[in-house]
Amino acid sequence: MGVNGVTKKDSVGNVVIIGSGPAGLTAAIYTARADLSPIVVEGEPSSTSDQPGGQLMLTTEIENYPGFPAGIMGPELMEAFKSQAVRFGAKIHPGKVTRVDISKQPFKIWVGNDNTASDTPDLLCKALIIASGARSLMLGLENESRLLGHGVSTCATCDGYFFRDLPIAVVGGGDSALEEALFLSKFAESVTIIHRRDQLRASKIMQDRVFSHPKIRVNWNSVIVDILGEEKVTGVKLRDTKTDEEYELKISGLFIAIGHVPNTDLFKNQLDTDEAGYIITDNSSKTSVAGVFACGDVQDHVYRQAITAAGSGCMAGIDTERWLENLTLGIKQS
Amino acid sequence: MPELIETLDDASFDEYITSNPKPVLVDFWASWCGPCKTIVPILEEIAAEYSDRVSIGKLNIDESLSTPQRFSIMSIPTLLLFQKGDLMLRIVGAKSKRQLLAYLQPYL
Repeated sequence: MGVNGVTKKDSVGNVVIIGSGPAGLTAAIYTARADLSPIVVEGEPSSTSDQPGGQLMLTTEIENYPGFPAGIMGPELMEAFKSQAVRFGAKIHPGKVTRVDISKQPFKIWVGNDNTASDTPDLLCKALIIASGARSLMLGLENESRLLGHGVSTCATCDGYFFRDLPIAVVGGGDSALEEALFLSKFAESVTIIHRRDQLRASKIMQDRVFSHPKIRVNWNSVIVDILGEEKVTGVKLRDTKTDEEYELKISGLFIAIGHVPNTDLFKNQLDTDEAGYIITDNSSKTSVAGVFACGDVQDHVYRQAITAAGSGCMAGIDTERWLENLTLGIKQS
Repeated sequence: MPELIETLDDASFDEYITSNPKPVLVDFWASWCGPCKTIVPILEEIAAEYSDRVSIGKLNIDESLSTPQRFSIMSIPTLLLFQKGDLMLRIVGAKSKRQLLAYLQPYL
């Protein structure tokens, strides 16, 4: 649509990449270096993990990304990914994809909400790389949305600072919940992890750190029934799943880290997904539609690491390059 | 050339929001906040496109402590819109340009 003069409405690009996390930007680096002039539709700002740069934008120190022995800040790492992609000619297209049609060539992509209903897509392309990632789940309680920004938070790194010397809670039991709890313990008076089961999903090293931390404790077998507070959060009402007993916990802040869902609503009935909505890829980045590739958390609910996302982004880049080469040569391919 | 977005602190804040004939949007931010970074280009675009209708300032919550406290800021980015010193609107969290303009439209 010529936003920033990226492309003309009727010209067919080689490849469009949806998403600008580690997977999307690695695919951009590889396809840009292969002279395919990729267009990366980066997403739009939000305070959830569904935003330009992806989930790492909500983190602080990344300790396990190889090549950075002293660690690196998440937003800084993503800035570096982006500059590297741009250096080789990838075009960053602002906005969020709102509709796709991959039923026939060329694929049609609509960006932004203004003309989703229109027949004219914003971008046309021969190959599509889906790297739209996963977004954080919310509890779905009425008071959760009402108190968002008033003690309820989806971003520990953004908001932890405001809870200096206050009691807070993190809900969830995976690595991200524990990472948040450890980060928040630097500010908070105490951190209670609220978890619905009697054991954590998180990695051993994170569990060890949490269990040995003097400020952090875990409320096992507990689910949040309600979030309390008029102007701001004053507590949560919990239910013990073993005894069904309800009780209140006084806290000033509640951080939500209960897991993720893949951002695949756009592709419903257009691509094969598993029951949880993750795009199915078999031993490569190929999806059920020829010319459509997927990488990163949108097709991975097992590893979900920056490095595996980047690795699969590289695979998608290479698969796309080969597929486009064969297309030009007229070689039949799946 | 003047900055598109005025840098504010605790000392300059009140004067800036009360003396301005236009509505004033203030961005509460910090350097360690990822989503705060992603909205900067959008605020710059709005500041440029609507320069005759809104003034935009930013306040670093690490450097200015009392203003964020006064307005009970508990999450960043938070954007507050003032008209002649009166608080009209509170926008919590990073938003797209389209969403921001929809919030601001009644005041522009």
